[in-house]
Amino acid sequence: MQTADNKPAMTRLTYLEALVQAQIEEMERDERVVLMGEDILVFGGDTVVQRFGNNRIWNMPISEGSFTGLAIGAAINGLRPVLDLTTASFIYLASDQIINQASKLRYMTGGQIDIPIVFRCCMHSVGAKAAQHADRPYPFFMNVPGLKIISPTTAADIKGLMKSAIRDGDPVLVFEDPRLWPLKGDVPTDPDHLIPIGKADVKREGNDVTLVAIAGAIRPTMEAVNALAEESISVEVIDPRTLKPLDHETIKSSVAKTGRLVVVENGHRVCNVGAEIAAVMAEEAFDLLKRPILRVCAPDIHVPFSPALEKDFFATKERIITAVLRLL
Amino acid sequence: MLRIRRFEEEGIRQFNGGKIPGPFHSSVGQEAAIVGACLALRYDDTVTGTHRSHGHPIGKGAHLNALMAELMGKEDGICKGRGGSMHLADRSVGIISESAIVGGGIPIATGCAFGAKVRRIDQVTLCFFGDGAVNQGTFHESLNMASLWKLPVIYVCENNGFAITTSVAQSHGQPDIALRAAGYGMPGVTVDGQDVSAVYTTTAEAVTRARAGDGPTLVVANTYRFDEHDFRLVIPGEPYRSIEDVEAHKRDRDPILLYRTRLIEEGVNDQSLRAIEYEVAKAVKQAAEFALSSPMPRPETLPDYMFNSPLPGHCGPAAGQHRIDRHANC
Repeated sequence: MQTADNKPAMTRLTYLEALVQAQIEEMERDERVVLMGEDILVFGGDTVVQRFGNNRIWNMPISEGSFTGLAIGAAINGLRPVLDLTTASFIYLASDQIINQASKLRYMTGGQIDIPIVFRCCMHSVGAKAAQHADRPYPFFMNVPGLKIISPTTAADIKGLMKSAIRDGDPVLVFEDPRLWPLKGDVPTDPDHLIPIGKADVKREGNDVTLVAIAGAIRPTMEAVNALAEESISVEVIDPRTLKPLDHETIKSSVAKTGRLVVVENGHRVCNVGAEIAAVMAEEAFDLLKRPILRVCAPDIHVPFSPALEKDFFATKERIITAVLRLL
Repeated sequence: MLRIRRFEEEGIRQFNGGKIPGPFHSSVGQEAAIVGACLALRYDDTVTGTHRSHGHPIGKGAHLNALMAELMGKEDGICKGRGGSMHLADRSVGIISESAIVGGGIPIATGCAFGAKVRRIDQVTLCFFGDGAVNQGTFHESLNMASLWKLPVIYVCENNGFAITTSVAQSHGQPDIALRAAGYGMPGVTVDGQDVSAVYTTTAEAVTRARAGDGPTLVVANTYRFDEHDFRLVIPGEPYRSIEDVEAHKRDRDPILLYRTRLIEEGVNDQSLRAIEYEVAKAVKQAAEFALSSPMPRPETLPDYMFNSPLPGHCGPAAGQHRIDRHANC
């Protein structure tokens, strides 16, 4: 779908609108795609029922451990479920089924079964939700073989990656950050607009320092980068978009240019994405580094309730600027 | 039933001979519960099972060769050597998974039935689990959903009385497992799990209900495990169970002996039974020969079967095992 000047036709959507559109279009394209989740019939689900009938969208009782297994069983038996686990902190209840069943059954049966399923969850990590509603558990799942994990940051990327996830033949986890939901961007109208899983994107080119920004951390990262540009400091920003498999090559190519690397994310410090990237760079690109790798992330402390304590808990513009300046 | 019994006996021989690695969970004693339930199914119906997984595919009609090869971790194993004793799933006869996480297969079976309902296909799913799994949350959550949506699923509890060594009396607030079904608005039926005809009849009624769109049934087949939980475990008899109790079950409650006696009483020719026994022995012998002669999987096949849609960067060689060209992409 292209315009007269040969550019893809675009429409301006918020991240959330693009996410919903991706699911609707895939439901249109493939009758095996079904939506499942808690309270899903209310928050936008009514329009889906009007369009597709109530056999394509299913409201789940609060039984995360088992409705996740139910969706996995449905995937084994011919459906392509998109399961909304709502708040990411609830994914621990579902984790036995995601890890012990979804990630392993294909391998353990020698390829006799396939599990094409998408697990969605939201990292509601700010807004005084306190620690049981504020987790960002993607590092746990990165340690599980057999899973694909995406966490894109723009409207076009979430649409293209969500569609790739739904069409993929394996389990894919989507970690959304609601701080990105209202952000608007140009989104291709082509119903086959796909972004490949496993490919990072350079969101801004620069020469002095490479910043890898994960999920919602892209917002303070871009604020910091804009401020640094006024000081004539040129920062390259990479959005991995996919956390597993991580696109090491794009990061290495950037570090080859800058020699300096900061990873910005809202995951806790121990064994987070930054730790993984630092390990890979130490193993495979040590000679490219002029300075130590730095991480700007959440501390090894639970997310506090009080706004006074929560304010500077996650990656902030100021902390990112400080990290970049330390490397120069 | 005899195919399961002889398969297990041959497996134990191979296990003792060092040809079968890992744990070995025998289904000996529980054959009637498995076969009676599977006989009520059609070829295209689906089944999920447990870590005591050898009987389920055999009961559903699987060929023995690939099952025995899997026990030995061979390339021709039904799961290509990636599953082993606790995971003998054979999709070709409808066994979609054998979960070694107790209770883990119950939601999967429920979802399989959910898939059939949404796709509007005429298919039921039968879910095997043990008395231990009844105390998992997945049992309760899944039965609730199956009842809510009237899913075509039959829950068959192989109640052998012990979760490894913990008895039903020691672990169940309500030891009459079938009663638990009432809490979820579905029928719960207890049946003599050593009587293959009774298990068949009861399960067939549940299958009819499921096919008619009337929803799930909980069938509790009271059975007995003649062997230990796992052949690597040597567990002293009491207080868990006495040698006398085990011997009494082997003598008086062997499902194969009970059924053989009944067939003879009903006028079945002993000669024809011997012919079946001969055929089964031959098939088991062939399976062992096939498995022993099958090659081990080659090390370079380690990542095979991980993904339907593999991506670059997944399951790559560990750093240090390959030459790193530090500036290759600069």
